[in-house]
Amino acid sequence: MLKDQDRIFTNIYGLHDAFLEGARARGDWDNTKDLVAKGRETIIDQVKASGLRGRGGAGFGTGMKWSFMPKDSSGRPHYLVINADEGEPGTCKDREILRHEPHKLIEGALLASVGIGAHAAYCYVRGEFYHEAMALQRAVDECYAAGLIGPDACGTGYAFDFYVHRGAGAYICGEESALIESLEGRKGQPRLKPPFPANVGLYGCPTTVNNVESIAVVPAILRRGGAWFAGLGRPNNTGVKLFNISGHVNNPCTVEEEMSIPLKELIEKHAGGVTGGWDNLLAIIPGGSSVPALPKSICDTVLMDFDSLKDVRSGLGTAAIIVMDKSTDIVRAITRLSAFYKHESCGQCTPCREGTGWLYRVMERMSEGRATIEEIDLLEEVTRQIEGHTICALGDAAAWPIQGLIRHFRPAIEEKIAARQKSAERAA
Amino acid sequence: MPKLTIDGNEVEVEAGLTVLQACEQIGIEIPRFCFHERLSIAGNCRMCLVEMERAPKPVASCAMPVADGMVIHTDSEAVRKMRKGVMEFLLINHPLDCPICDQGGECDLQDQAMGYGMDRGRYLENKRAVKDKYMGPLVRTIMTRCIHCTRCVRFITDVAGVPELGATGRGEHMEITTYVEKALSSELSGNIIDLCPVGALTSAPYAFNARPWELQKTESVDVMDAVGCNIRVDARGTEVMRVLPRLNEDVNEEWLGDKSRFSIDGLKRQRLDRPYVRRDGRLTPSTWAEALQAVKAGLAERSGVAAIVGDQAEAESVFALKGLMDALGSPHRDCRQDGAQVGHGSRAGYLFNSTIAGIETADALLLVGTNPRVEAPVLNARIRKRALRGRFPVAAVAPAANRTYRCEELGADTGTLKAIAEGHHPFAQVLRDAARPMLIIGNGALARPDGAVLLGLARRIAEGTGMLVDGWNGFNVLHTAASRVGALDLGFLPGEGGRDTAGILDGAASGEIGTVFLLAADEIDMGRLGGAFVVYQGHHGDAGAARADVILPGAAYTEKDGTYVNTEGRVQLARRAIFPPGEAREDWRILRALSEYLGHKLPYNDLDGLRAAMVAAVPHLGRVDAVAHADWGGFGADGEPDGAPLADAIENYYMTDPISRASVTMAQCTEAFLGAAEGKTGTDG
Repeated sequence: MLKDQDRIFTNIYGLHDAFLEGARARGDWDNTKDLVAKGRETIIDQVKASGLRGRGGAGFGTGMKWSFMPKDSSGRPHYLVINADEGEPGTCKDREILRHEPHKLIEGALLASVGIGAHAAYCYVRGEFYHEAMALQRAVDECYAAGLIGPDACGTGYAFDFYVHRGAGAYICGEESALIESLEGRKGQPRLKPPFPANVGLYGCPTTVNNVESIAVVPAILRRGGAWFAGLGRPNNTGVKLFNISGHVNNPCTVEEEMSIPLKELIEKHAGGVTGGWDNLLAIIPGGSSVPALPKSICDTVLMDFDSLKDVRSGLGTAAIIVMDKSTDIVRAITRLSAFYKHESCGQCTPCREGTGWLYRVMERMSEGRATIEEIDLLEEVTRQIEGHTICALGDAAAWPIQGLIRHFRPAIEEKIAARQKSAERAA
Repeated sequence: MPKLTIDGNEVEVEAGLTVLQACEQIGIEIPRFCFHERLSIAGNCRMCLVEMERAPKPVASCAMPVADGMVIHTDSEAVRKMRKGVMEFLLINHPLDCPICDQGGECDLQDQAMGYGMDRGRYLENKRAVKDKYMGPLVRTIMTRCIHCTRCVRFITDVAGVPELGATGRGEHMEITTYVEKALSSELSGNIIDLCPVGALTSAPYAFNARPWELQKTESVDVMDAVGCNIRVDARGTEVMRVLPRLNEDVNEEWLGDKSRFSIDGLKRQRLDRPYVRRDGRLTPSTWAEALQAVKAGLAERSGVAAIVGDQAEAESVFALKGLMDALGSPHRDCRQDGAQVGHGSRAGYLFNSTIAGIETADALLLVGTNPRVEAPVLNARIRKRALRGRFPVAAVAPAANRTYRCEELGADTGTLKAIAEGHHPFAQVLRDAARPMLIIGNGALARPDGAVLLGLARRIAEGTGMLVDGWNGFNVLHTAASRVGALDLGFLPGEGGRDTAGILDGAASGEIGTVFLLAADEIDMGRLGGAFVVYQGHHGDAGAARADVILPGAAYTEKDGTYVNTEGRVQLARRAIFPPGEAREDWRILRALSEYLGHKLPYNDLDGLRAAMVAAVPHLGRVDAVAHADWGGFGADGEPDGAPLADAIENYYMTDPISRASVTMAQCTEAFLGAAEGKTGTDG
């Protein structure tokens, strides 16, 4: 279990003052000038040494991502874009940072910007996060007033501006290139890659897009050293992480824990266990709605980190744990997720636009048993036709939950189909 | 040059190409819907997915730039499966109404479904239906068929430059729409019909008219403006069913203006299909012999004969008419019925010397008395293409207009032109600073009494700002008449002591000119012809025919073989797609027959003979598809402009000539785009 002194987000529950005075008392903005003075190379090296992997879901090495930014800017400005468009069902970690720890984010943004040579950061806040955006804006205003950011950030001479931009509540705008499109004022649709944002991003300039949590842990990493962060968790899965536990648990919560904590331990310790006890567990979606659900047999032993969950053909995603006990109609639950992806597909590319609707309609029938057994295989084939063939990962995200369902819970679908057939026969 | 391996073949291609283009270069076809050579890359149809070794996922070949050492597979089992999958997705919500779809037979979706799709559907759910959108009188929409490739959106936004088309909604509710129920206000809107890979956007006037396999296709050139767009005329029997653009990188790329594409229904209306002779004040049908005899009699009764050539006459008939006028000993002839003050002096003084493709290499542009958007929409698209690349200052001394690119409007005052010519206007410095500056002067400046003075000022600008440098001539005249350059090349201008158009009209009014021969000339003020004996040879019952004493029915541009010289001086051939209606004949034949009646037999008996004589007189007319170089020399006049502001040469793009004035489609466009419908009440019409 994570020791208290290793905790980064000490006000994650909002029990203390979230704003400048309180944040300073918790150690934020403490001698930031020296951290900025370390310079670009040192910052990137420290973040690389920490082993920090992106907290937005894909788990790409943050230090590595920063190092892709061009060294000589060729006259174009660099931008840091912070992805606060937290829309993944089950996920509610970034909002806690935005409203309770906004200064960690702003300080991290300053340090990250030094790391990538940017002088401006844009924070794209999900439209529904009204109070969060207001809290963040208040913190930004405080920082400007205190000279922590602005033309002479923290007295270092480094110019740094922080802009809060509110989205309009489209899930797809959480995809980094769609977010950039939306930020530029266009319809939020993912861009083709290459070129990657590090070359051609916001307004055609080199841009790094990072998750809120990735940025907010940067000040702690730089203060305590990359080695400290790397010492937590397992190799390649280092550091601390905010986990969201929701669903059929006694005490749903957001909690900061060490990476690689066993899933069972996490739930039992922090969420008060599964309702009706661990044996009443049916399935867990371990990383937000986009990753395949896991049956209890896997949940017994799996560790909560990138590699361990990848090995069991799921993923850490946003580390939003959705617990379903045996009272759950799992087919119905996944159908609901299918409806979500159908609704949130941007419509740009063919497999996702047409495929998500198809998946949803078949799932809708299956959840009522109005299908044939063969259609299960058809459904699985359709998910394979979508997966990997789309511009962005939303197609994958729509396909994976259904693949997980068929992989682990095929009998549940077959039962529904059989039950309906039987009742139809009886009626006849 | 990067080297890559495609299906086991090692190829070396130009850097900057995409994988799809590299595949095409070695003859491997990659299916695609959204990709189009001339549009920005969208990569959204996913039909062109290929496997790339060491890539985690399949890549869209249309968007992936080639790189050294790439290994591409385009025909593996996995790729075939992907294509099948994408094809299936495209078809699940497609109505499959091919039997009633105008795209049938030339539909990318149909073809590729045959080539790459499955033989049956597995989709058992209800299909999506989408409400059709209104896009004006030219483009018919059946939006349920749309596959969301966004080619139309990209064309209208990027090429046409009127951002009026886009997508609303998301996921399967995404719809291509004009946002508000509004006609597309682009003169190039018809091109989205060609671009649409399915039957979502089809030609409204052509709806349900013909199937592509019934049509006889003839390659020709367009005469609705002076650009000489290359076209393909599709005819069935005696009817022209549609006109499509033909690829020519130097002229129209593959675009075509709406008037050129849609005015063809005018070819079937108001046609002169038999000779007429005016008897007792009324035009009465007659035979050819009677009509030609009437011309002879009319000529004999009066002294002074003059000839005016219309805007769509081909060089052959102009040459024949000139031969006839020479034989009659009359110097009174003109091919500039609009009164444009061009043609005297150096040939470079009436050509678009930079060439249309040359626009792309220019780095500053001054427009004088012209709005290319309505005078030559395809040429305007070329200017926009150049402007989008940036570092291309454009200014206009002309009435302000939305030109679809950024343009500094310097006003319509001719004094501004003088200031630029004298070098003390700021834009003169811009032109001087440019390496390849250019100037386009149009009929708004030329077709007025002081046109020669304005032409002279333009020449001074060209000479004073470095538009004439090695291999570059930045002086350009943009004509509006397809016949103009050919007729000027042939010297169809007032001879020694001859009268120009205005002089002919004055002479006719005063009685000094007894006979006026109009070769499809309808744009002059017929009221000024006074009591003259008027012979009208042309194809439409327009202004000229109404005034005529004898009508000799000729052929429209789709009904004769002819040579046209476009505004660049490019010689191009139009070919006969159908026969002229009724007793109408090809124009040179009429003139040849008339010459015999008049006792001045022209010295050729067939088109080849005529062409040989014409080429002997003007050699470059024999070099088809080439632009003959024109040496710089003196032209234009010195003097002061008369002070009147410049006006637009064309007020209504959709109606400029007898054909488009007879066209119902063009009338609908006029109503839709020029606000003729405004103020109408329910009892109108």
